[in-house]
Amino acid sequence: MQWETVIGLEVHLQLATRSKIFSGSATTFGAEPNTQASAVDLAMPGMLPVLNEQAVHFAVMFGLGIDAEIGMRSVFDRKNYFYPDLPKGYQISQFADPIVGRGQFEIQLEDGSSKQIGITRAHLEEDAGKSLHEDFHGMSGIDLNRAGTPLLEIVSEPDIRNAAEAVAYLKALHSLVTYLGISDGNMAEGSMRCDINISLRPQGQQEYGTRAEIKNVNSFRFVEKAIRHEFERQADILESGGRVVQETRLYDAERDETRPMRSKEVANDYRYFPEPDLLPVVIDEAYVQQVRDSLPELPAAKRHRFMEAYQLSAYDASVLSDSLALADFYEQVVGVCGDAKIAANWVQVELLGQLNRNELDISDSPVSASALGQLISRILDNSISGKIAKQVFEAMWQGEGSADDIIAARGLKQVSDTGALEAMVDEVIANNAAQVEQFLAADDAKRKKLVGFFVGQVMKASRGQANPKMVNQLLAEKLK
Amino acid sequence: MYQQTVAELARGLRDKQFSSVELTRHFSARIAELNPQLNAFITVDEAAALAAAVAADQRIAAGDAGPLTGIPIAHKDIFCTRGMRTSCGSKMLDNFIPPYDATVVARLNGAGAVTLGKTNLDEFAMGSSNENSFYGAVRNPWNADAVPGGSSGGSAAAVAARMAPAATGTDTGGSIRQPAAFCGITGLKPTYGRVSRLGMVAYASSLDQGGPMAHTAEDCALLLNAMAGHDPLDSTSSATATEDYTAGLSNPLQGLRIGLPREYFGDGLDAATGDCVQAALREFEAQGAELVEISLPNSALTIPAYYIIAPAEASTNLSRFDGVRYGHRCEQPGDLHDLYTRTREEGFGAEVKRRILVGTYALSAGYYDAYYKKAQQARRLIRDDFLAAFEQVDVIAGPTTPGPAFKLGAKTDDPVAMYLEDVYTLAANLAGLPGMSVPAGLVNGLPVGLQLIGRHFAEAQLLNVAHRFQCATDWHTRTPAQGGDA
Repeated sequence: MQWETVIGLEVHLQLATRSKIFSGSATTFGAEPNTQASAVDLAMPGMLPVLNEQAVHFAVMFGLGIDAEIGMRSVFDRKNYFYPDLPKGYQISQFADPIVGRGQFEIQLEDGSSKQIGITRAHLEEDAGKSLHEDFHGMSGIDLNRAGTPLLEIVSEPDIRNAAEAVAYLKALHSLVTYLGISDGNMAEGSMRCDINISLRPQGQQEYGTRAEIKNVNSFRFVEKAIRHEFERQADILESGGRVVQETRLYDAERDETRPMRSKEVANDYRYFPEPDLLPVVIDEAYVQQVRDSLPELPAAKRHRFMEAYQLSAYDASVLSDSLALADFYEQVVGVCGDAKIAANWVQVELLGQLNRNELDISDSPVSASALGQLISRILDNSISGKIAKQVFEAMWQGEGSADDIIAARGLKQVSDTGALEAMVDEVIANNAAQVEQFLAADDAKRKKLVGFFVGQVMKASRGQANPKMVNQLLAEKLK
Repeated sequence: MYQQTVAELARGLRDKQFSSVELTRHFSARIAELNPQLNAFITVDEAAALAAAVAADQRIAAGDAGPLTGIPIAHKDIFCTRGMRTSCGSKMLDNFIPPYDATVVARLNGAGAVTLGKTNLDEFAMGSSNENSFYGAVRNPWNADAVPGGSSGGSAAAVAARMAPAATGTDTGGSIRQPAAFCGITGLKPTYGRVSRLGMVAYASSLDQGGPMAHTAEDCALLLNAMAGHDPLDSTSSATATEDYTAGLSNPLQGLRIGLPREYFGDGLDAATGDCVQAALREFEAQGAELVEISLPNSALTIPAYYIIAPAEASTNLSRFDGVRYGHRCEQPGDLHDLYTRTREEGFGAEVKRRILVGTYALSAGYYDAYYKKAQQARRLIRDDFLAAFEQVDVIAGPTTPGPAFKLGAKTDDPVAMYLEDVYTLAANLAGLPGMSVPAGLVNGLPVGLQLIGRHFAEAQLLNVAHRFQCATDWHTRTPAQGGDA
């Protein structure tokens, strides 16, 4: 049987507000336990929530970023369940009337094609704290620093068909929210957490199969693995004539498997009802317009601009616009060197290559955009060859200074002096009589191949510094 | 001194007839003498009160005194007081000392009022007789066998017995007005959102409202001046401007249209209580007011709607009392479930548990539409009834309660009979309207109250009507024979 996978994703995005969604406490990651928990976060008796306007602003930015309907009157609800890291015994969330309604956005697939993914809704809610089960002698510790951190829960339509699309979706989402500056998107610190709804159906069937929900998958790689694993598990069940149980499962990255969550971890009836401590959030068209006017250029627009203004391929444009930091870096390099094509190559191949090998982010690059631009300028003005430039880049990466400093210090400036080059060419011809004879006897087609030997010899003699174009010209004149 | 109103005491302080320290000692002595019989106070802190009185006297000496500076008052023990236990009448919070003041407390402190102590109440403000307190029932100063009403029974009894000249209360379904009526004092439940709920431990968030309890409308106005106003930390507090609630107290009532809801004068109203209300209405007529019979056709929905909405909100408001961070925690919990169940089993009393169960049921999947949603629809109808009535009349008048205070224990086995006590008061909470109870007579030696309900934010008008009534009557000056002896 050919199975089609149907996937919908729920992403919990931590919004980059300075304070919590309903209290004035800071939201800095990694603080000492319970140092960022106020009386409101602790749900002390009599404490009341006050909505952080910035969280609303960010949510509306997101809604406009995916071309969604904005909830002009959204309502907070209480989602009731007991857990020690949920101090009030309910989470303030949005249920019937979310701040962001139906929207959609485009994802780029590796084969260069694109696909529209529908967004069902996105709503504001508060995060819970953390339960710590180690180091407390059989008891549990509670850290409420995270309690009340603003989250935007983004629910996709079941439009995703495989792991690669899921990852592309998440990357596109990551790109969008970091462009908007509404989240740091840091998955390792839990700023983007993902629940995966996944079901299988026979290829061609209209109705959906029974789904399982996989909770809290926290990296692109785990999303991919969890989907692959869950596909196999459900396919095995279906092919052996069984039925998939609708349940919540947990992805265990260490064992690379999903398993059902204990029933205690799954609350059945959240008794949602409108939060009486907060008024409905009513926004008007003027507010929405104001937010719209303040939106930065978004990834899709930037991608298209890169393709048009810089004549980049769809793929290159997509890679270079993936993150705002990278796109800005690239545009700075272009600004300095003036050649968008070569800049694109250098940023993607040399720079990203080094960054990836060293697991560094673009913001941590030891070579700045202007430094890289200057290096490329030296290629363009024939000071050095592309090959030498790679050496220079290597040295720049090691912190040895600017391109010009390194070229000067190492004497790497390309030899374009006709007299010096002529001497070298003459010497190579004199030392390789047999090859010269062979060359002169050959026809044009063969000569094209054989000339490479002489070029190589000259480059070697010049320690790579000879201007290859001039060497070719000289050889063409002398080997007649 | 204890016979004086807040306004009179303020004059005495200003004229240096006595100091705030003397006044505080005087009322503290009253509490020490009478509280063993009445049980109106849960916590008294004379040292803290005297320290505040010393500071108040300095303000008075410096000429920096307002009308409440140096006036001793009591707070219902549901308002958080920094450094002073705030129990909510529950074992659950028997050990809870808040590190913050409720906004109401902070504002009254800022005005120079002196906190004598914290008054008894039905547990988490759930009750109409003050019999649901972990600290025991409060007795009615007019008759020790009668209840003082609830849930602000301690505040009402404390003021009636002159243990404090005024007190704060909270009113979710009548909890200021009903005990005020039973104890022969004046109580005001302001418009929802007029007084901040921050630090006022929540029973039913969409209905709870704090307000003053005192001898006179004038005193209530003085307290409300300090209590009312927008609080940026309570999103439901109103930004509508406040006013000087004492300014219009003496306005004439000529031409005032007073609505009498047919539904509030029918079966179920004790005849003698009805007579007292009628006598009060004659007084208004005598002052030139016009009495207009009106109808609030959805009144029958009031009790069912309230007893869905209030428990529904309460059931989740009280989820935070889980033994994890503060308050009662059971001994040696075996696991998380055991911690929750035993902590809450031990910490909450029967009525609180009943409302948590009712509310949880009403919000459950499959029942939400039939109960909570329906109740909200009923609430809208009730509100619309009032808005329509206020097209015809300026204020609405009727009895505060169906009769005078009942005997202790008379209704404890019959929760529905107890709930019927609130039949006339609940609607103002559901509609968010201001309501008052004003002493209007005695039935068998027990006080009864006249209820006044006004338009949203018409506190000044209600206080004006009540004050004019009190200028012509003396029910509000009557004192129980001796503290609490019948």
